[in-house]
Amino acid sequence: MPSAADFAAIRLTLELAAVTTAILLVVGTPLAWWLARTRSRLKGVIGAVVALPLVLPPTVIGFYLLVTMGPHGPIGQLTQALGIGLLPFSFAGLVVGSVFYSLPFVVQPLQQAFEAIGERPLEVAATLRAGALDTFFSVVLPLARPGFVTAAVLGFAHTVGEFGVVLMIGGNIPEKTRVVSVQIYDHVEALEYAQAHWLSAGMLAFSFLVLFLLHSRKSGGVR
Amino acid sequence: MRAILARLLCAAAAVLSCAAAQAAEVSVAVAANFTAPMQKIAAVFERDTGHKARLAFGATGKFYAQIRNGAPFELFLSADDTTPAKLEEDGSAVAGSRFTYAIGKLVLWSAQAGVVDDQGEVLKRGAFAHLAVANPKTAPYGAAALEVLRKLGVAEALAPKLVTGENIAQTHQFVATGNAELGFVALSQVWAEGRLSGGSAWLVPAELHAPLRQDAVILAKGRDNPAARALVEYLRGAKAAAIIKSYGYGQ
Repeated sequence: MPSAADFAAIRLTLELAAVTTAILLVVGTPLAWWLARTRSRLKGVIGAVVALPLVLPPTVIGFYLLVTMGPHGPIGQLTQALGIGLLPFSFAGLVVGSVFYSLPFVVQPLQQAFEAIGERPLEVAATLRAGALDTFFSVVLPLARPGFVTAAVLGFAHTVGEFGVVLMIGGNIPEKTRVVSVQIYDHVEALEYAQAHWLSAGMLAFSFLVLFLLHSRKSGGVR
Repeated sequence: MRAILARLLCAAAAVLSCAAAQAAEVSVAVAANFTAPMQKIAAVFERDTGHKARLAFGATGKFYAQIRNGAPFELFLSADDTTPAKLEEDGSAVAGSRFTYAIGKLVLWSAQAGVVDDQGEVLKRGAFAHLAVANPKTAPYGAAALEVLRKLGVAEALAPKLVTGENIAQTHQFVATGNAELGFVALSQVWAEGRLSGGSAWLVPAELHAPLRQDAVILAKGRDNPAARALVEYLRGAKAAAIIKSYGYGQ
């Protein structure tokens, strides 16, 4: 049976994924819009930076975050100057790590959705004297809706599955930074296989369900 | 002349092939606190015997779970004496091959000078945000650290400040990067050439926790491996003893 600590880990994981997804949609939308529209030479560089978490081991992200968010790192000095204190071993620190970690999973579907809209609807809106913001909210957002759903679902699910980053910067603190993946790791190390199974099977079912719904929705849309 | 040369070449080839046949490889699981000394010992061992030691470092509890589930390790250098005993009972280790290779020392350490006093009073004052310990469930040094906190009567007061590393190496990383102001690590991690390599520390008195007797055991998979036996012999020898001592371990 799952213990109280398991449920605490599940609740914490869902909170982390929800907060991270919300931030990523706010930050990722203008970023994806810029990537979809720009002719700047910086596009390649920014696009590559956004995609980095796809290929980097999470331990690399976690290690550099631990160092840069530490008391001698640039982020750490900034947060200390702002009076926030240090980010590692805190929920806020996990959010920062997760935003990096899940960035491509939100930005890339959005960018593809924006690119798929093309020039034409924007030109039409412009001839009707719609302003940039009006165009974005009345034309772009409705047309890119499926992209937003995909981005939100992938960002959420990918954050739920996060492990390496949390292990490096989390400190394994109950109800603060001990997420499901770390809890599973602890159970396995302590040979508590029954409890590890409960959580692992839950993760497996959740991940499958998310991807299944996403895929069936997509193929439904094509038809 | 040519015949002699040919015979010499033959003899040389025989010696070489003979050495090649004898040189074996042993795969060793090593408790994270013993990383630095073991790397040194393995290098000397390879040079002296021709055998090769392939080392994996991690938490003792993790290795226990992996070995129970068929990990291909042949020799295990644990951070405690109970895990090797359990493996022997399970039949996962060779009966009678267990021995103590080092006695670990626990140290309260900060990367900054002047944070940790030499009596450990800093724990009672509690003027810090984070105290790093290794996971007490899986790392013997973590369990010993909690024992110390309980004996000092500060375990409950400090519980909200604990951050837990997956093993002693990660715990050291938390403190070394300054994210945790102080933490319980193995003396071997902060001790080199007879002195503290940096920061400030309190060597925890041995009576505050159960002795960190670190046992090694030959695992079932290494039963017939000559390199496993050779490495055990080597670990018990004078050269290894000198290296082990230089990292602050007792024997």
